[in-house]
Amino acid sequence: MSLTHYLMVSAILFAISVIGIIINRKNVITLLMCIELMLLAVNTNFIAFSRYLNDEVGQIFVFFILTVAAAEAAIGLAILVVLFRSNKDIDVEELRELKG
Amino acid sequence: MSVDLMPMLPELFLLTATCILLIVDVFAKDFDRLQTYRLAQLSLLITGVIVIAQFPDLQYHLYQRHFILDPMAATVKVSVIALTMIAMMFARPYILQRPILRGEYFILHLFAVIGMMVLAGGGSLLTLYLGLELLSLSLYALVAMHRHSTLSSEAAVKYFVMGAIASGFLLYGMSMVYGVTGKIHITDIAQYLETAEASLTLRFGLVFMVVAMAFKFGAVPFQMWVPDVYHGAPTSVTAFIASAPKIAAFALVIRILGYGFEKVLIDWQGMLIIMATLSIVIGNLVALAQDNIKRLLAYSAIAHVGYFLLGIIAGNGVGYSAAFFYIITYAIMSLGGFGCLIYLAKGKQEVSLISDLKGLGQRNPWGGLLISFLFLSMAGLPPFVGFWAKLEVIRAVLEANLVWLAILAAAMSIVGLFYYLKVVKVIFFDPPEAETKVKAERGLRLALGITGVTVVALGLFPAQLLEVCRQAFQYL
Repeated sequence: MSLTHYLMVSAILFAISVIGIIINRKNVITLLMCIELMLLAVNTNFIAFSRYLNDEVGQIFVFFILTVAAAEAAIGLAILVVLFRSNKDIDVEELRELKG
Repeated sequence: MSVDLMPMLPELFLLTATCILLIVDVFAKDFDRLQTYRLAQLSLLITGVIVIAQFPDLQYHLYQRHFILDPMAATVKVSVIALTMIAMMFARPYILQRPILRGEYFILHLFAVIGMMVLAGGGSLLTLYLGLELLSLSLYALVAMHRHSTLSSEAAVKYFVMGAIASGFLLYGMSMVYGVTGKIHITDIAQYLETAEASLTLRFGLVFMVVAMAFKFGAVPFQMWVPDVYHGAPTSVTAFIASAPKIAAFALVIRILGYGFEKVLIDWQGMLIIMATLSIVIGNLVALAQDNIKRLLAYSAIAHVGYFLLGIIAGNGVGYSAAFFYIITYAIMSLGGFGCLIYLAKGKQEVSLISDLKGLGQRNPWGGLLISFLFLSMAGLPPFVGFWAKLEVIRAVLEANLVWLAILAAAMSIVGLFYYLKVVKVIFFDPPEAETKVKAERGLRLALGITGVTVVALGLFPAQLLEVCRQAFQYL
C-alpha cells in the first residue's frame, strides 16, 4: 500500500461527508455524523503523511484534532437537544424560519 | 530547562481567571449575576493592561515558534479585549430581561477571547487551528443561549454545521500543506516556498484553506449562514459575533496568507478578487431589499467583508495595514449598530423591522443622533471613520493596479449609501408611532456613547490608529 492509496481513501471519505451534508434532508444527527467523518478523513491524511515523511508532528496534530472533535461533537449534540426541545423535531427541512 | 512564560502572561492570566470565575459563579448567591459580570470585566481589563504593558517592538517567535509575539498580535489582542468589554456592557441589560441570564454567558465570552488571543499569536498551523476552534465552539454555545427561542436554536444549528464544515476544510487544507512541506510552522512553510516551486498538491491545500477562511468571514459565495445567524441569535450575541471575531479572523488570514503563503500571492489573489467582488456586489444589492434591520446589517457585514478583502488582495504591507484599519473600525461600527438595537428594545420586545425605528429622532434626539452617526459611518461618509477606512483600502487596490476593482468598490458604496440613508431617514423624518421615551440603563448608554464618540473621534483624527496599523506590518 503506497501513500496514494491512503490519500485516496481519505479523499473518498471527505467527499462522502461533504456530499452527505449537501444531500441530507432528513435529520440533523446525520449532519453531525458527516462532520465527524470529515475530521476522520483529515486524520487519515495526517497519519499517512506522517508515516510517509517519517515525521511525528502529523500524529501529534491528529491527537489535537481528535480532542477538538470530541468537544465539537459535545457542543453539536447539546445544540441538537436545545433544537429538539424548542422545535419538537430535528428535521433539516423544518429549519426554515430564518430566510430572506 | 526553564521556560520563560512571561510573553504568554496575558493568555495564562485570562485562562486562570476564567477557570476561577467558573467556580466562583457556581457558588454565587446573587440572582442577577452582577458579581460574575464585574469579575469578568475586571479580568479582561487586567489582561488588556498586561498586553499593553508588554507591547512588543519587535517580532518574537517563542515556544518552538508556535507562538508569535509582534505588534500585530498585540494590537489584535487589545482591540479584541476592548470590543468584548463593550459587548458585555451591551449584553448585560439585554440578558437581564430574558431567560439567558447565566454566569456562563460572560464566561463563554472570556473563553472566546482566549481563543482569539491564541489565534492572533499563532505561529504554526496547530496553534492557529486550536485558537480558531476555541473561538468557534464558544460562539456556537453563545448563539444557542436563548434556549426557548426556536429562532435561536435554528440559528445555532446552522452556525454549527457551517462552522464545522469550515473547520473540516481548513484541516484538510492543512493536512495537504503538511504533506507537501513536512512542516506546520508558518515560517517553515514560507521558507519552503522560497526554495521550491509550489506543487499542485500544495495549491490544492491552499484552496481549501482559503475557502475555509471565507466561510469563517462570511464572504460570498460562502455567506449563507451570515444573515440567518445574525437574525436568529440573541441581539447581544450578534453584536459580539459581528465585531471581535472578525478581527481575529483577520489575524488568521494574515498569518496564513500574508506570512505563510506570501510567495504564491498570485495563486490566492485571484480567488480573493472573485470573493471580494461578489461580496461587495451581492451584499450591497441584497441589503437594499431587506426590511428586517438585523438582516440588513448582516448583508452590510457581507459587503464590508468584501471591502476589507480589497486590502488583503493588494498583498503588501500597505494593503494589509489598510485592511487592518478597516476591520478594526468596522468592528467598532457594527458593535455600535447592534448595540443600538439593544438600546431600542423595549423590555422583551425586540426591534426587528426598520419601521420600528420611526420617529426615534423626536423621541430620543441623542440616541437617534448616535445611531445615525454609526450608520453614516458604515456608509462611508466623510466626517466619520468609515470614510477613511474605505479610502485606504481603495487606495491599496489602486496601487496594486486593479483599477476596475477600485471603481467597482466606489460605485457599490454609493448603492450602499441608499439603504443606510433609508434608516437615517426613518429615524429623523418619519412621524413616531408611539410616544414612549426610550429608557435604558446607564451601562448601555455609556457603551453606546463610547462607540458613537469613537466613530466620530477616529473620523476626525484617524492618523494615530493608521500609524498603529502600519507599525503592525513593518516586519512583513
